[in-house]
Amino acid sequence: MINESGTFSVALPIVAIAASALVMLLAGTLSKRDHAFAITGAAIFVFAIVGRLVFVAPTGVGFHGMLIANGFTRFADILVLLGAIGALVLSASFNQRVGIARFEYPLLVMFAVIGMLVLIGADNLLSLYVGFEIQSLSLYVLAAVARDNLRSAEAGLKYFVLGALSSGLLLYGISLVYGFAGTLDFGGIARAASGATGARLGSMVGLVFVLVGLAFKISAAPFHMWTPDVYEGSPTSVTSFFATAPKVATMALLARVLFIPFGPMLPHWQLLVEIIAALSMIVGAVGAIRQTNIKRLLGYSAVGHMGYALIGIAAGTAAGLRGTLIYIAIYVVMSLGTFGCVAAMSRKGKPVEQIEDLAGMADEDPRYALALAIFMWSMAGIPPLAGFFGKLYVFLAAIHAGLDVLAVIAIATSVIAAFYYLRVIKVMYFDRGAPGFDPRSIGMNVVIYASAIGLVLFIFVPGSVTVASAQAAHVLLGSGF
Amino acid sequence: MNNVFVDMPILSVLIWLPILGAVIILAGGSDRDSDGFRSRWIALGVSTVELVLAIALLVAFNPHASGFQFVEIMDWLPAYGVSYHLGIDGISLFFVLLTALLTPVVILASWREDRRVRTYMAAFLLMEALTIGMFESLDFLLFYIFFEGVLIPMYLIIGIWGGERRVHAALKFFLFTLAGSLPMLLALVWMWQHAGTTNMVTLAHMPIPASVQDWLFIAFLASFGVKAAVWPMHIWLPEVYGEAPLPGTVMLAAVLSKMGAYGFLRFSLPMLPEASAYFAPLMFVLGVIAVIYISLAALAQRDIKRMVAYSSAAHMGLIIVGIFTLSIVGIEGALFQMVSHGLVIAALFLCIGVLLSRGQSRMLDQLGGLAARMPVFATFLMLFVLANVGLPGTSGFVGEVLVLAGAIKVNFWVALLTGTGMILSVAYMLVLTRRVLFDTARYSSNVATNDLNGREWLMLAPIAVLVLFLGIYPDVLTVPFSHAVQTLVHETLASGRAVPSGRLAMVTR
Repeated sequence: MINESGTFSVALPIVAIAASALVMLLAGTLSKRDHAFAITGAAIFVFAIVGRLVFVAPTGVGFHGMLIANGFTRFADILVLLGAIGALVLSASFNQRVGIARFEYPLLVMFAVIGMLVLIGADNLLSLYVGFEIQSLSLYVLAAVARDNLRSAEAGLKYFVLGALSSGLLLYGISLVYGFAGTLDFGGIARAASGATGARLGSMVGLVFVLVGLAFKISAAPFHMWTPDVYEGSPTSVTSFFATAPKVATMALLARVLFIPFGPMLPHWQLLVEIIAALSMIVGAVGAIRQTNIKRLLGYSAVGHMGYALIGIAAGTAAGLRGTLIYIAIYVVMSLGTFGCVAAMSRKGKPVEQIEDLAGMADEDPRYALALAIFMWSMAGIPPLAGFFGKLYVFLAAIHAGLDVLAVIAIATSVIAAFYYLRVIKVMYFDRGAPGFDPRSIGMNVVIYASAIGLVLFIFVPGSVTVASAQAAHVLLGSGF
Repeated sequence: MNNVFVDMPILSVLIWLPILGAVIILAGGSDRDSDGFRSRWIALGVSTVELVLAIALLVAFNPHASGFQFVEIMDWLPAYGVSYHLGIDGISLFFVLLTALLTPVVILASWREDRRVRTYMAAFLLMEALTIGMFESLDFLLFYIFFEGVLIPMYLIIGIWGGERRVHAALKFFLFTLAGSLPMLLALVWMWQHAGTTNMVTLAHMPIPASVQDWLFIAFLASFGVKAAVWPMHIWLPEVYGEAPLPGTVMLAAVLSKMGAYGFLRFSLPMLPEASAYFAPLMFVLGVIAVIYISLAALAQRDIKRMVAYSSAAHMGLIIVGIFTLSIVGIEGALFQMVSHGLVIAALFLCIGVLLSRGQSRMLDQLGGLAARMPVFATFLMLFVLANVGLPGTSGFVGEVLVLAGAIKVNFWVALLTGTGMILSVAYMLVLTRRVLFDTARYSSNVATNDLNGREWLMLAPIAVLVLFLGIYPDVLTVPFSHAVQTLVHETLASGRAVPSGRLAMVTR
């Protein structure tokens, strides 16, 4: 199984990003002028290359069982890279507009992505934690990247304090697991967890802490408190990154941690994940109703979406995992498109974020309005848009696994959530107004229209995404059990 | 002719042609006035071609063959037993036709609409495509996608072009329908994982444990009941019908409400026969309450649009009673009534549209004496009113008689009370005619009272001819119905899986 000759080639994507990031860092610091735009472009290019390298890297284990590469990690890697590319494309012009165009920005995104790839490929609790911290530290700085802006600084600080807390919990959980299982290796933990009762009980306590730490990162309730504030406070370019790549990486990791080292303990954690999923859906649906700021609304919406995605994991089956992966993949596209629309909301160079600012958009710019309406309908899960299929697959898994109560909660919250998504459409189509937004950059248009077209046309090729995620799910569960 | 259509995927063409039209309308130009012209003509052209194709479908349809015809099947999600599967039988054929007929009519009816014409025409074409797709689907998942997708264009139609409280009405419509159809999604998912396929033909022959059937039936009832506005799930209806723009109301009342009734026929009855028999008494109660209570509510309306809206819901009660007699006569009656109601209610709303376009009020106490000033209009209105109350010689009569004949076999009281409701419909419809056509003129002098123009003739005359034709020669519908209905009743209800008499005993005796 262990293919030591592939030690470095397993980490090929990570090494490639790290090396190019360091070169770009040098170039950025040594040059007189700030080449933010060029470096952003270079970063996008590197991500695109890495997207290919992900498939070049052989399947196997590297660094003495620290990192792993297989079909599952590839699926998640590609989604992370997609989210990062989308967020960078949006940031190029947005950052210039709000005056935070520094070359550090794309570099921080690259470092965060390194963390995410490590996280996704971690096969040891130690490498998991290292990946987690690389990602988190970059994200803390990104949240506060508009350092002259009070709200951004506040968001960064809030994220840092709460994030540090969650990292602490995670580390504590890891140490408990190590204490009881006697190893940090995923395979070893799995053997310990299926062995003696004592080790299982102790690992269970550790698992709860690990779960809490990860739930914090994907902003699942009741650990979601930071989400609306950080979403609102951070510059929109940063928020669009927060909403996509880290969510994929952490969700993928969560699935791997629960299914591989703690797979034998499925009956113990299943209820826990169910509760987190139910709470997230309820908090996401109810919390968003009274929001007037579109970024806060999307923050709560993200909480709800994580709840739906967790249903698949709670099901504890290959079908469930497949549902979660499809859901996350569609969620990334929906989020990118929506944040593209939010990034385009600005008057005379100043971003506006109230939902009311969109009034009259359908008259002024029907294409933009249609695209945002598509994102909202898709998020609400109305067929024939892609969001519906995401929900369909997790419902399928839930019913299959007998989680009827969770499925009923999910449909009830879907109706409530539809209410606030519809409000955005209502403001654009039914209310009168003159938004008078600034012209959009090419990057924004590309992200918005590509996402919208993708969500509409998904219905014609549901098979390809389904097959890819089913294979990924099969790889994970095939190697786990 | 037959051969041409065997080779051509006509059912797919019927779905995709309007979508193509909508895309062309949306893709070109912007919402300026000059584009209104282009959008109108594209929409009218596409929907007319659609109507011609639908008529060709009717001609090519073999009424004496059982089973589905023009079947198209294509892999979609083969690993999960989901396919793009279309086909029509005697039941669905006429709803495809009804939709194809009414879409060009409502486009004509909104010829003067000048607010965002592009979006407007695209929304109606999209709705036509989704509705026709829903009636043609033989795959549950495909059906659900069309069934729910209709919400998107309808939400926009109500919200953008509706009356004063349009925003509220649009939201109400969307959330009620969504809350209704999500339980169906769960039912769908359950049946999917139970059977491993979403093929509706397979699902109809798959035994389902009786205890589960009850739950599935309730889920279906929530979804189809809201769409068909079965009492008490009709509470969204008065406001939505009242606030929607008239062409939107026509589609809602004539076509979208049939989606619910069609759902009962296509899903509840064949897939859940035991539960259908078990819940039939409940459905009778709901149907009878709808017929009587909603008729009384209609009598109390002062707004003609709302009065016709209530009348529509009352007739849906009759259709529900007919369906749940679970007999050939009753179901055929319900189907006949569905087609007839679709035509008549659409025509009544169109007549109201004629009045509104002349600046007339919707309030009964501000109308009157129009018979003298608009004789042609008065003749049309009178015809549709009489058809609505079921006068012999009109299409409304046949449906009512068949439903009552079916009902009286099941239970005398159900038939009696349903019949009473029909008498009430005479009461409010006659109030409407007296107030609008006769009486003294109460409208202010600055409203127009010119009679029908050519465009309005074109809208109303085909419907009037059809209403009379179906009334005189009902075989056109009943012969194609009979095969599909016999299959439905025999295969599913009399095959021994269902025992209607046993559980119905408490009501019948």
